[in-house]
Amino acid sequence: MSTPTLVAAPRLEPASRQRLAWLVALVGLVAFGFVLDIALGPVRIPVLMVVKILFGQATDSPAWAFIVRQIRLPKALTALVAGSGLAVSGLQMQTLFRNPLAGPSALGLTAGAGLGVAVVMLASGSAAGGFAIRALGVGGSWALVLAATIGAALVMALVLALSARVRDNVVLLIVGLMIASVTGAIVSLWQYFSAPEQIQEYLLWTFGSVGGVVGSHLVVLAAVVGVGLALAFASAKPLNALLLGENYARSMGLSVGRARTLIIASTSLLAGAITAFCGPIGFIGIAVPHLTRGLLRTADHRVLLPGTCLAGAALTLGCDCLAQLPGSQTPLPLSVVTSLLGAPVVLWVVLRRQNIRSSFS
Amino acid sequence: MSTLKPLLTAEDLTVGYFSSKKTPRPVAQPVRLALWPGELVCLLGPNGAGKSTLLRTLAGLQPPLSGRLNLGGAALAGLSAAERARQLSIVLTDRVDAGNLTVQELVSLGRHPHTGWLGSLSAHDEAQVQAALTATGTSSFAQRPVGELSDGERQKVLLARAIAQDTPIVLLDEPTAHLDLPNRVALMRLLHRLARQTGKAILLSTHELDLALQAADRVWLLPADGVLHTGTPEDLVLSGEFAAAFAREGLAFDPATGTFALHAPMGPAVQLMGDGATAFWTRRALEREGFVPTAGPAALRVTAPSPPKTSQWISHAPGHPAQYHKTIEELLRTLRLTFDNTPLA
Repeated sequence: MSTPTLVAAPRLEPASRQRLAWLVALVGLVAFGFVLDIALGPVRIPVLMVVKILFGQATDSPAWAFIVRQIRLPKALTALVAGSGLAVSGLQMQTLFRNPLAGPSALGLTAGAGLGVAVVMLASGSAAGGFAIRALGVGGSWALVLAATIGAALVMALVLALSARVRDNVVLLIVGLMIASVTGAIVSLWQYFSAPEQIQEYLLWTFGSVGGVVGSHLVVLAAVVGVGLALAFASAKPLNALLLGENYARSMGLSVGRARTLIIASTSLLAGAITAFCGPIGFIGIAVPHLTRGLLRTADHRVLLPGTCLAGAALTLGCDCLAQLPGSQTPLPLSVVTSLLGAPVVLWVVLRRQNIRSSFS
Repeated sequence: MSTLKPLLTAEDLTVGYFSSKKTPRPVAQPVRLALWPGELVCLLGPNGAGKSTLLRTLAGLQPPLSGRLNLGGAALAGLSAAERARQLSIVLTDRVDAGNLTVQELVSLGRHPHTGWLGSLSAHDEAQVQAALTATGTSSFAQRPVGELSDGERQKVLLARAIAQDTPIVLLDEPTAHLDLPNRVALMRLLHRLARQTGKAILLSTHELDLALQAADRVWLLPADGVLHTGTPEDLVLSGEFAAAFAREGLAFDPATGTFALHAPMGPAVQLMGDGATAFWTRRALEREGFVPTAGPAALRVTAPSPPKTSQWISHAPGHPAQYHKTIEELLRTLRLTFDNTPLA
């Protein structure tokens, strides 16, 4: 005789079941966008073939296999890494500063990286230098990456030093914006006194691109973003405590100074490295956290962090696909596509689910 | 009670701010304080006396200018943020903007000092959260987003968060602000019950003097001059310290009724006869009209009926026959007419 036992299935609230469904859907979207991003380009490769090549199976066209492995796969991986990194850094900034308009650029990191790049491009002076950079592709030069990293790191060091002194996060946000403003002004001044050809090089960098990050560059980028994301996930609990404001967080046993250092370090690594390698990619950092909050309808960072990661990757891959669509030899600038096509998507979500205001005011 | 140890003590404590040039700006005189388990303490005082500053200093959110603070037998300054958070929780006046959090998620944040690095809740943590929701009567809307709550509900949820933190000491900074009267009464009743049932020491600052006098086991009185007086509310009232604390603001506290006089008495004396509720409310009406009700003899006499519905108010004015009135409204009309026609010497 066996008595039937009722195994209680883990009971999920409808809200969390919906959240899980969205997370699964986002994983699917990322996978789909990843394959599509590899398939699209000046040379179209059938999606099925892309999957075959990715899984290491033999194909009829060695040229396709070469394009996928050497060009498109690194590009898609860069889009994946850059998208998730920028989105997560934006989420951290918005929670830390309790400000819906905060993003990776809020601390002046992007501007710092831009200054580094401007120093290399505009100071190199000679046409030969400019030509060398162009030959290596935008973002393809170690000198550029190094300069951008140093620029971002200097700003980060400045912000960290100031954050130890400034107790108020709002003041810190203003400090970051002022640093960004000053750095931007220096770059503008430099441009004003530079030859048009040099400015063109710099402008090209400011359009942002996930192409051209190959080989050792990609390894370094992925490693730095990996560390940044690990730090971000480790700060899920402090971020949750900070939702109630600094005073409540402190009263709940959070050492706010340490948490803030951790969060700023993570953001600096993410935004600094990605901007250095890919140029400034706008919009993702500010918009994806809002998009994710709207979709998942939660403020819990243990859900939001992976959600933002996935949504950021999916959106960046999608934008990169759209940048290829016109079918010409030159893809559209990524930064333009992210803003042009991403902004309406986010607007739609924001207007449909009016809970963005309530998360901040 | 005398064998218990105080949960929190302060000696020669000066609270305040450092101004821009590092010169201390004390907002209150040095104080000596003790917070005992199971006590509901109300911190009363006019605006700007330093109530919030004192609370924030006791909570360790800002350093004292001088003096010693002891929490659970150890110096507060030597405790880590996490150790402090297991001893003391606080409900602040800060706006909470986490509209996307559900009530349950917000209350669960109270378990912060007790959970691991990821903040996952154990069965014990879940039980504590449920207990806090039940105690504050918030479990019926536990799944609603905080952004959709009314002020009263939100205040209860913030209290639930502090209770879920499960600390021997709970501090509340003006929890009754923004609440309507029934909610204010309910909140004070809840806090009083919590202090009694759980043995927590609860300290709240409030402007609800009437409620505080009724509910508090002890009152910390912080007048504008910054000299703190402590004691049971009754002792403070009878010694006149309570009245003195608010006298500077032009508020006259009447120890006989336990209320603040709204109307400055300036009119003629009225001898009021009668007792019970009718006499009480007749006295209130007369005071509002500017009369000074007395028990002793006066030219003007009013007799309040008892029991109310069967008999009538009688007024005797000099040179007039006695008049009978069914309501206080009629009585007041007669008195007004009397004085308009015959100015009193």
